Amino acid sequence: MKYIDEYRDPNRVNTLIKEIQTTIRKPWVLMEICGGQTHAFLHHGLDMMLPNILELVHGPGCPVCVTPLEQIDRALAISILPDVIFTTYGDMLRVPGSSHDLFSVRASGGDVRIVYSPLEAITIAEANPLRQVVFFAIGFETTAPANAMAILQAKEKKLKNFSVIVSHVCVPPAMEAILGSKSNRVNAFLAAGNVCSVMGYHQYPAIAKKYKVPIIVTGFEPVDLLRGVLLAIQQLESGQSRVENAYQRSVTFDGNRLAQETIYSVFQPVDRKWRGIGSIPLSGWGLRTEFSAYDAETRFSVENITTKESSLCIAGQILQGLKKPTQCTAYNKQCTPQTPLGAPMVSAEGACAAYYHYHQGV
Amino acid sequence: MCLGIPGKIMELQEQSSPLMGKVDFGGVIKSVCMTYVPEAKVGDYCLVHVGFAISLMNEEEAIETLTLISEIASMDN
Repeated sequence: MKYIDEYRDPNRVNTLIKEIQTTIRKPWVLMEICGGQTHAFLHHGLDMMLPNILELVHGPGCPVCVTPLEQIDRALAISILPDVIFTTYGDMLRVPGSSHDLFSVRASGGDVRIVYSPLEAITIAEANPLRQVVFFAIGFETTAPANAMAILQAKEKKLKNFSVIVSHVCVPPAMEAILGSKSNRVNAFLAAGNVCSVMGYHQYPAIAKKYKVPIIVTGFEPVDLLRGVLLAIQQLESGQSRVENAYQRSVTFDGNRLAQETIYSVFQPVDRKWRGIGSIPLSGWGLRTEFSAYDAETRFSVENITTKESSLCIAGQILQGLKKPTQCTAYNKQCTPQTPLGAPMVSAEGACAAYYHYHQGV
Repeated sequence: MCLGIPGKIMELQEQSSPLMGKVDFGGVIKSVCMTYVPEAKVGDYCLVHVGFAISLMNEEEAIETLTLISEIASMDN
């Protein structure tokens, strides 16, 4: 498949590994923001090929992992209401709330449906005018253009039975929160090529300058990931801290303007709580006032939500790159993909799931 | 959810609103919303997230990246 096979070529991979080995002199800590990249590193075994003095830590870029527990509990409460069809991306189904998950709601008879695209939720709403269709609009900047378009479609089609639980989060404020923390260990970032395909990377030079960290926009295939690592190491070893784009085939400086305009026509920046991490100012998007009629959290008054997080789970520290999944006492003991205590163990972008699946649970 | 996968645009449904198309992901054909890449042509490759194309693959840039890696390899040899 074009644009995939050539970026998985073993010769190119070996060339880049060799170049990284000859370039690196000092120990460095590199964070890949995106959980998709964490999985790609481990899935292809690249973490095992990199020099030992380079430490990869895994960032908060797992949307289902950072969706706040309160919102998951509210979603669970809405999903069991009579006449509600609850629609969600598949990743959300096994994410543990305080007492259960959407999967168990479905198993006990709730109408919870997985959608591939939010436009499918619109189609379901059109086909079921007597029922309320709720869509769990979560994600980073990558899903925002799709989620925004679904809301615009609902408005255009005058759908009265469609609403959304919005839990959008944004990458740059999270990077600043990590870099500004006293316990920060990150020397350089691999920025997510998918997020930058939408948003561009014009927000990053100010961060690179302020915190003196190289930021490399990086894709998802082995060659892309290793090129991102190489550019980061080259900068670190020569004392530079610039933004470089290693995913030029998809990312431009300005990003997709049309998608950004649509996002900002539906959403506005809001303070957002990140599960396990806490509140980060202006780190998410919420519905603009003119779209408040589509807010499921006000349409369905779900009260008396009492959250209860696992006392063992250290997902917050893992999502900030402070600890590795294997440093958690519950990892592969009380917490497995079958019995998850935290979202990173079940998500396709969760670091704990990546270690469990690709390091054989060790 | 967040893994961006490039696919080849097989068909554009010009009359649809929002603009839809068919995209081939290595043999799996999916219906994809093309509203954010209005300049797309059949045969182009696009990056797709949750059923929406968010960028078009730039062939010149793709070749440039591979050329840079070939240069590293030839310097090592």
